[in-house]
Amino acid sequence: MDSEIGFADDVTENGTRLTLRGQWLASSGKALESCGLDLAKNTGNATAVVLDLREVSGLDTAGAWVIDRARFELESAGAKVSYAALSEAQKTLLSEAKYRDFSVVASKRSSALIGFLSDVGMSVVVAWRDFVAGVAFLGELIVALGGVVSHPGQFRITSLVFQLERIAFRSVPIVGLINFLVGCIVSQQSLFQLQKFGAAQFSVDLIGILVLRELAVLLTSIMIAGRSGSAITAEIGSMKMREEIDALRVMGLDPMRILIVPRVLALIISLPILTFLGDMTALLGGLLTGWIYGNISPEIYLTRLQSAIAFNTFAVGLIKAPFMALVIGLNACVEGFAVGGSAESLGQQVTNSVVKSIFMVIVVDGLFAIFFAAISY
Amino acid sequence: MAKSAKLQLDTDAKTIISVQDLVVGFGTKIILDHLCLDVMRGEILGFIGPSGSGKSVLTRAILGLVPVRSGTIDVLGQRLGELSPAHLSQLERHFGVLFQQGALFSALTVKQNIQLPMREYLGISQKLMDELAYLKLELVGLPGDAADKFPSELSGGMIKRAALARALSLDPDILFLDEPTSGLDPIGAGEFDDLIVTLKKTLGLTIFMVTHDLDSLYTACDRVAALGEGKIIEVGPLSKLEASNDAWLQSYFHGKRARAVAGTQKLAAH
Repeated sequence: MDSEIGFADDVTENGTRLTLRGQWLASSGKALESCGLDLAKNTGNATAVVLDLREVSGLDTAGAWVIDRARFELESAGAKVSYAALSEAQKTLLSEAKYRDFSVVASKRSSALIGFLSDVGMSVVVAWRDFVAGVAFLGELIVALGGVVSHPGQFRITSLVFQLERIAFRSVPIVGLINFLVGCIVSQQSLFQLQKFGAAQFSVDLIGILVLRELAVLLTSIMIAGRSGSAITAEIGSMKMREEIDALRVMGLDPMRILIVPRVLALIISLPILTFLGDMTALLGGLLTGWIYGNISPEIYLTRLQSAIAFNTFAVGLIKAPFMALVIGLNACVEGFAVGGSAESLGQQVTNSVVKSIFMVIVVDGLFAIFFAAISY
Repeated sequence: MAKSAKLQLDTDAKTIISVQDLVVGFGTKIILDHLCLDVMRGEILGFIGPSGSGKSVLTRAILGLVPVRSGTIDVLGQRLGELSPAHLSQLERHFGVLFQQGALFSALTVKQNIQLPMREYLGISQKLMDELAYLKLELVGLPGDAADKFPSELSGGMIKRAALARALSLDPDILFLDEPTSGLDPIGAGEFDDLIVTLKKTLGLTIFMVTHDLDSLYTACDRVAALGEGKIIEVGPLSKLEASNDAWLQSYFHGKRARAVAGTQKLAAH
């Protein structure tokens, strides 16, 4: 079987006869397209063209479209075109794939500059909407929390415990490890620098204050934003996608009360606990590194630590933790509810949730630093 | 094509798919137990069976999505499992699949969904791809402005049609439909059945259709195969299945819903 796609042209006194041969199939790809374009070109100024499909061994919609497009182009160039030797199947295919102009249907593209400007405008509007949505959500959350206080019977304690296990208990190893390592690293570097002044022991002051006031709470919050914030967004987002949120509403259950309150409360309870754990492991890391690199024995380390820090050093870190938790929880839930219908938007919102949470955690930490400096706490 | 010899396919064979002694199981559970089934060229084969009897598993086995324990599957004269990956990929271009939920890529527009296999395999210009995409959309009865929409903006019926357009993208020989009318309203489902019959006639397709929809069986299918306990209970024209003694088939074809459908079909025939 001759499967090579192509055609032969004979010029007779009645006009040109194009005899097509081979497989005019989509799978012929490029060859099909170029043959189709040649069909319309090769006839010169013939006034009558016959398309003979006798030797065509295979035809599908793509092939039929290419042939009929050539017919259309020949006709618009002024030739009279007819088909010859069509089988029944070829006839149906050619009428099904009859050439028509789709360029009207295809949407027009606007210029790149306008696209850029409209993107900028859009992102400003979206940023404002995000802010309003965040504030509105906070309001709703507070109302829901108020509802929990006034009707404690309706509160879902099981759900809270379950979320506490997922958010607090299961993050213990990773939060402990990260804080321990950072404690080691900071302690080692401060030792190296302070040894030059003969003030190696002051590295204990540095590590104590830095870890308790800032590092432990920041690291723990960032860890939880990545670990639990993303999980909350993904969960709520996929529930939104599959209309489960709507199902809850229709049953007269408030998704705020059922889904959000337990998660945010669990975050608010977990984060101070995890921060405390972070404090302890980071100080332990500092102790070990000081012992190994700086010859500071554990007794000296602890005595030094006692004189360097006061209760307020410890309290500053812990006071910040619930606010960090609230920021992470709010962001995660708002982004979860913003998920649209597609899997792509779910991924997008989870990314947004983590990025915004980490950003907001650092901003809030900065605000607290200014506040505590102002009240000299 | 230079890398591997072109696969010689027996596209004129009468039996397009031949499944012999197929065994598929997961863990200790045997789903398909020495199953045999032939699909003939140019027919619409309906495939029925109770939920969980392995209808989807058979489809997925033919498509190579689940591992086969023993037995053979021949498609277009080629034995699956003995083909090199390059040849298997060539063979799979002759398949079009409509998944139950459509499985349109949600990050792409309808047009891009249809063009994805073309872009991958054909190497034709964007202009021709656009024209072919609009042609497929018309074939399945979607308006041209659906082309630039994302799947999340389409209704259930439109998703099925768009997914069908994508399945037809490379002009396949065999079309697999997994419950094509589920989730459609009766009018939409009826239109879809007519569309499938029209496509079979114009494009010369062979169609393998898993369905629960009695209307589809009566209006669209040439032959019907019934699956039960991992085997084919009965295969043949509807009249043969209706007359079967099997208990499940009895209740399937002589239950309340079936009698209503069969009644209207007989009325329509008169």
